[in-house]
Amino acid sequence: MQPAQAPRRQSLLELRVEIPASIYIGSGVALIAALLFVWWLVTALGFVPPLFLPAPAAVVKELFNQISDGALWLDVKASVYRIMVGWVISTLLALPVGILMGNFKFFEGLFEPFIDLFRYMPAVAFVPLTILWMGVGDSQKFSILFIGTFFQQVLMIMDNVKNVQIDLIQISYTFGLSKWEVLRYVVLRAALPGIWDTFRITLGWAWTYLVVAELVAANVGLGYRIMRAQRFLQTDTIILGIIVIGVLGLITDYAFKFSYRLFFPWVEGKRG
Amino acid sequence: MSDPKLEAKNIWKIFTPRKGEQVVAIENLSLTVNENEFVSIVGPSGCGKSTFLAMAAGLDYASSGSLTLGGSQIQGPGIDRGMVFQSYTLFPWLNVTENIRFALKKRYLSDTEQNRLVQQHIELVGLQGFEKLFPAQLSGGMRQRVAIARALVYKPDMLLMDEPFGALDAQTRMQMQELLLTVWQQHRITVLFITHDIDEAILLSDRVYVMTARPGKINAEIQIDIPRPRTAEVELSPRFAELRRELFGVLRTKI
Repeated sequence: MQPAQAPRRQSLLELRVEIPASIYIGSGVALIAALLFVWWLVTALGFVPPLFLPAPAAVVKELFNQISDGALWLDVKASVYRIMVGWVISTLLALPVGILMGNFKFFEGLFEPFIDLFRYMPAVAFVPLTILWMGVGDSQKFSILFIGTFFQQVLMIMDNVKNVQIDLIQISYTFGLSKWEVLRYVVLRAALPGIWDTFRITLGWAWTYLVVAELVAANVGLGYRIMRAQRFLQTDTIILGIIVIGVLGLITDYAFKFSYRLFFPWVEGKRG
Repeated sequence: MSDPKLEAKNIWKIFTPRKGEQVVAIENLSLTVNENEFVSIVGPSGCGKSTFLAMAAGLDYASSGSLTLGGSQIQGPGIDRGMVFQSYTLFPWLNVTENIRFALKKRYLSDTEQNRLVQQHIELVGLQGFEKLFPAQLSGGMRQRVAIARALVYKPDMLLMDEPFGALDAQTRMQMQELLLTVWQQHRITVLFITHDIDEAILLSDRVYVMTARPGKINAEIQIDIPRPRTAEVELSPRFAELRRELFGVLRTKI
């Protein structure tokens, strides 16, 4: 009898082929660890002066300083509050408008030129105008977040709705459902996973606009902290601020991904 | 012969594109489907057979002509007709039981009555043991079983099927054809069945209309006189071969 042939060795680099989870997760962690190591190395060997790039230890020290004097908590609280209010206002408006545009050609025709026009206007350019109109309070931050988020969000929700298979709508009519019932029981239900993903993506963008809003006119918040640190050449504070925003963004992203799997276990062809 | 259940008289469907000439999708189509009769329309893709079925379902409309169900004009989709598409049209967020039950929404029955009907139809299509699975967990054949059960559960007067087995592999398709034969022989219902598969049309139908393309029109009407009850075995009979040759002849001369 011939000896059994050894299984063909599977390369890690095959198009769209699954790889072991240990390698999938491990490589991601390893890359971040490697970047931290390089950061530590170039600062420890004195390749870069601390004014331009402080050592990781200096940033960690700044983190503990800000935790102990409460500054970090105040900044995070102010920024998270602004981003939540701004994003929620945008979402509450984008949902009905996007759903109408995705379902009814009339509303698509009505709103699309207006939205297309606005979405190419950079939100940053509205900062002077919003300060003029609303002063430097929180409402000015909300408005920048709104301008940055809303116009993209509407179009994405419209697409989520349009992606619902027409056959699913037609079969529902054959069960005697009215168009409003089809909209409620079928279209919205089928579009929900896509809309949830849109929430995740747009909340990520909202972090960018938050910093834009806080860089210019604020007296508390993560963006403000970064801006002020620049004036005093506190590079460690700047880097800490950037990392904190990154981590907060990552947490919200994972919260949405996790809840997606929880809410929509029936979705086909998703990893996990 | 009983009165026609579905009657189409001089149906035309003409598309007028923004640019270019008018396209005649369906030319002067007339046909009838009698009460409890199984009728197929067989033809190549693009001959307008699916468009006609969509009209019967009330999901599309004719440019001219008359289309009646039980004597009254078809105005739109309704609970008096059940439909099965080629694409899988199950609601992905509902399991097998919930998918079938969804079709009863507008029948306003008691919970016990709904449960009884759903259970009865799960058994009818042989889905016992799969009740709690979601569409993503089912094979193509299983999904179409659910779709058939869902189209029958609310007791429509007529079943409209648009190439329901077209996306299935040959073996599953044969199983599904036999299943449909059994179901239909047990529970007679008026069926209009669309297919491009000549064998499928002969096996299942009492009568077959042959449509050809450009413009889409009916070229022949053939009575299938193979006795019932039938099984897939009849495909081996000499009469089946004759009918097959006849249908094939009509289709070939016109393409």
